[in-house]
This record gives sequence, structure tokens and C-alpha cells, in this order.
Amino acid sequence: MIRSFASRTGQMLLVIFGISVLVFCIFFATPGADPTARIAGRGASPQVVARIRAEYGFDRPLPVQYVTMMQKLFVSRDLTSFVNHGQRVVPEVLQAAPVTLSLVLWAAFFWVSGSLVFGIASAVLRDSWVDRLLMVLGLIGLSMPVFWLGEVVNLVTQSRWHDTFLFRWVPPLGYVAFSQSPWGWAKALFLPSLTLAVCFIGLYARVLRSELLTAMGEDSIRTARAKGAGPVRVWLWHGLRLSWLSYVSLFGLDFAQLLGGGALLTEVVFAMPGVGRLTYQALATLDLPLIMATVMYAAVFVVIANALVDGLYALLDPRIREGRHGR
Amino acid sequence: MGAEVLLKLHHLHLELPNGTALLEDVSLSVRRGDALGVVGESGSGKSLTAMSVMGLLPGLKASGSIRFEGRELLGMKDRDWRRLRGAGMAMIFQDPMTAFLPVRSIGAQIDEQIRLHERLSRREARARTVALLGRMGVPDPEAAAKRYPHQLSGGLRQRAMIAMALSCGPSLLIADEPTTALDVTVQAQILTLLCEIRDSGAGVMLITHDMGVVAQTCTHVAVVYSGLVVEQGPVAAVMARPLHPYTQALLEAIPPLDGPRPDALPTIPGRPPAPDARPEGCVFAPRCRFVRPDCAVRPALREPEEGRRVACVLYDA
Repeated sequence: MIRSFASRTGQMLLVIFGISVLVFCIFFATPGADPTARIAGRGASPQVVARIRAEYGFDRPLPVQYVTMMQKLFVSRDLTSFVNHGQRVVPEVLQAAPVTLSLVLWAAFFWVSGSLVFGIASAVLRDSWVDRLLMVLGLIGLSMPVFWLGEVVNLVTQSRWHDTFLFRWVPPLGYVAFSQSPWGWAKALFLPSLTLAVCFIGLYARVLRSELLTAMGEDSIRTARAKGAGPVRVWLWHGLRLSWLSYVSLFGLDFAQLLGGGALLTEVVFAMPGVGRLTYQALATLDLPLIMATVMYAAVFVVIANALVDGLYALLDPRIREGRHGR
Repeated sequence: MGAEVLLKLHHLHLELPNGTALLEDVSLSVRRGDALGVVGESGSGKSLTAMSVMGLLPGLKASGSIRFEGRELLGMKDRDWRRLRGAGMAMIFQDPMTAFLPVRSIGAQIDEQIRLHERLSRREARARTVALLGRMGVPDPEAAAKRYPHQLSGGLRQRAMIAMALSCGPSLLIADEPTTALDVTVQAQILTLLCEIRDSGAGVMLITHDMGVVAQTCTHVAVVYSGLVVEQGPVAAVMARPLHPYTQALLEAIPPLDGPRPDALPTIPGRPPAPDARPEGCVFAPRCRFVRPDCAVRPALREPEEGRRVACVLYDA
């Protein structure tokens, strides 16, 4: 147990190291591009350029540059944005993280509950009109671009029908911290997270439906029926238990990807000061240190979430647990 | 004899929604303390017969009659049938690896069946599970109950499966090729177990394609061919003097244990008809060596001798 945990942690660290080297190389070791000038931003004075060159060690060999960069990112955490007039990058990312986390948690809640309801309903009523309707709805949800849907939601709830009883409660765009007002936090996040969840509901409902239907053909489901289990128990207890695996792995990846800035479009459209919006701003202003920081942050989240999903897998399926012991 | 009839199928007919008949006419009965072997080739409808007794074939249209302990099952409300399933009658399946839910311990799965039918606490159910596993000859039953299906050997899994089937004291046990997935020594142990269950007073219906298994375990045998029962009777009598040409051909195809080894085993030429292309007369006529003009009319299941039934024109008096 401890050994497998240690080896898992080792693997994670190795992956993060690999990503950091890759990201560093892309941004700082691309031939023909001077990172100093890019960090300094457009129209920086020669003094600033010289200072940056000395600070980051751009006049020294690449490995030293890499270590300096990582030291600034993870140890002293004083990586500074020059485009943004000396803003410290790492605290900025850490400040944005709770916003993204709240948004994604809410969205995950919506998409898991929504897809469970839709997926189970359409599997149970397979080939009926309900099933077809749900699957078409899912396809529509899946194919609507989130930025467009977000703008439509904004148009409807913020301006057109804002003064009707339906949307009077909708707060202005932006984020309210939970510590400031839990109710305001929930209200501010409701529509953005629902918008973000729509395409996932469609996708997950389809996945769950097909997995459930496959599972229901298994011999063990026949055994459950032969034991005298009722339909509700057979579907929810036996069927769902067998069809969780791919659902869970998909969820882990998407959740991590969103936390790592995948909710960029939603955050920009709804003016949520999260990691995605930060990335967006950094890209718009070519703020190299900030890009570096958000990319690394995203990588760390994806790796951690992957490890968590693997752990959950082992909990869900004893056969996988065995496989790990054997290694 | 004269023991109470436990299960009686009378002209059971089963068809697909599109009208193709899967079972044409299955009539057989199982008494308490009897073991009925249902034999036939793959696709002859033996498993379908078992599944329709359990009521596990949603979407298929069944007609005729299935009487279990004096109650008609066809047309019964699903709720009532569900209460019988697992409690009054139980089933064991061919492959215990896939028949168990792979992600839960076998103990938990047996507990589940007990608690579905009886108001027992978790602890009481587990106590019974462990006792059952012990009775089935599972070593260290307490630890075995905590294991997952893939951690047990095939024989132990099948024992656990039988323990699960017996957990609520069913009066009818249906075994669908319970030994096909097991090796020969384990097979013998499982068959002995089935004999013990039969001796304890339950009725057993054993679905198999192996005449040897029938001879070893069963008191009666029903031969199914292309969705019809063609012969039924006590095992010893049928084995000694098969009446139906199909049964005769089946028994000839078993290699002899002594005497000179034949160059080739006799086989039955041709193949069984598909459910949508059954001949109008006797279903076996196209492959039968005694075929006669009156085979064009389907023979009914008659009783030419006491206790033996056969569907063949040869025995029409």
C-alpha cells in the first residue's frame, strides 16, 4: 500500500517535471526568439531589458535558466510580470484559483446530476420517444459552443428579460467570494456554471446511457434478476455499479482540465476572475511569466486529478486493485 | 413415486415479437426429490425453457402453462413472480465468473439475496452466508465471503453460486450447464453437491448437453430437440432403451468405454432446423433414419409405456 502510494507520487513528480521542462523549452529555448524582450514587453527601456536578462540568467546556460525559472515559480514565488507593471504572478494565480474551483465545482454538480438523470432515464426507456428526445437534446447541448451560449444567457438574463420576475434575481456579471456572502456566491455562480455544464451533460448522458445498456446485457445482471431483485435495484445498484468506470475516468479528466483553465471561455464571457480569464489576459498581452505560471498550474492540477481518479478506480473495481499489487 | 409435482410445464410455447417460435411445445414435470435432466443440442431451447420458468425473458411471448407448486406462473404479476425468484426457485448459471458481479465480494452478493427475501439484519444474513458456504464445502468460509469473484477458483465460485441459490431454501433449483466451465474433478464434486441437494427434498432441473452428467445426477430426463420435448422418462429406462430415434442417435454418439475403439463415432447427418424454418411435420424427420410418409404430421407426445413419453409415429398404436 505504502509502496504503491510512493511509486504513484514518484510518477506524478516525474510527469510534472517533464511538463515543466517542455513548457520551459517552448517558451524560453525556442531558437530565434529572445525571451528577455518578450518578458519585458513591447517598448521596454534598455535598462529594464538588461535587468531582466541578469535576473533570469538569460545570459547563462539553459539548465541554469530552467532552475532559476522554477525557483522563481515554486520556491521564492516572486516571478514578476513586467507587462503588468511588477505584478507578482504566483499570488495572482493563487487568488484566481478559488474562483475557478467554485465555478467548476458547481458545474460538476450540475453535469453529474443532470447526466445521471438523463442517462438513466434514456437507458431505461431506450428506443422510446423520451430516449430519442433526450439524446437529441444532449446532442444539441454538446454542439452548442459555450461562449455563444454564455452570451445568449447574458443577453437574456442581463438585459432583455432582466426585469421580469424570472431573472430579477440574477446578479451583475462577476464573482462574489463565498466568505463575503454565501448566498451571493451561489447566485453569481448559478448561471455561469449551468452554462458550462450544458455540453458536459449531453456528453456524459450519452456515455452513461451506452455504458448502462452494455452493462445490462451482462450475465451478472441476469443473476441479479434471478435473485429476485426489483427493476430499480437492478438498474441503480447493479447496472450503475458496472457502468461507473468510464464515466469516472472521463469525469476526472474533464474536471482537471477545467480546473486548469479549461473554463477559459466561460470565465471570460461571465467576467469571472478565474485562472482561465487570467490565461486569456496573459495571452492577449503576451505576458510570458503569467502564461508560464498558469500553464504549470494547469499541469499540476491535471496530474493530481489523474492520480485521484486512479485511486477512485481502485476503490470501485477490486480487479484493478489486484493489478497494482502485482506490479 | 407419487411425490408431489413441483413444476409442470404444459405445452409451453415461446415466440419472438416478430412471431418466430423459439419453443414450440415443451411439456415436462419435476417432482420433489427428483432431478430432471434437460438435454439437447445448443440452440434446442433448453436454456430458454429454464429462463421462462424463472420469468427472465422479458419481451418474449409465452403461452401454455407453467405451474409451480400449484400456482400458474404465466400471467402472474411481476411483483409476485419476483418474490418467488430466488426464494421459491433459484438458478445457477453456466459461468460463475461472469454470473457474479465482479465488483462486489461474493459474501455481499449472497447477503443481498437473503435480505431481498427475508427481514434479517446484515449480521444475521452474513452468519447464514458463512454457514451456507461452509456447507457447500468452501474452506474458511468466513474469509471466502470477503473475497471477490476473481479471487476464487472456478470450483469455489460455482460452490458460492450454489450457496447463493440455496440461501433462501428454494424448493426448485434450476442449474443451467453448471459444470461446463469447470474441469472434470471439480465437475464431479459439483454434481455430487447437486445430488445432495436433491436428496434433501428439493426438485432439481439440470440443463446440460452431456448425457454422462445426466446419467450421474438425474432421476429423469427430458430430451429437447428444436424447441420440442421429444422424449421424457426415467434416466435408467431411457438410457437402456431409448425410444425416439433422436435419443437413440444421441446415445450412439457417446464413445464406448470398452470393446474395440470405433474408427469414427456415429454422427447425426444434417443440422437442427432454424426456429423460423421448422418442418411442418416431425421436426426430426429430415435427419431421421426411420422417416416415413406419416412423419409429415407432427406427432404428439404420447405415453406408450408407464412413465415414458415420446413424440414419434413409431410408437403410435
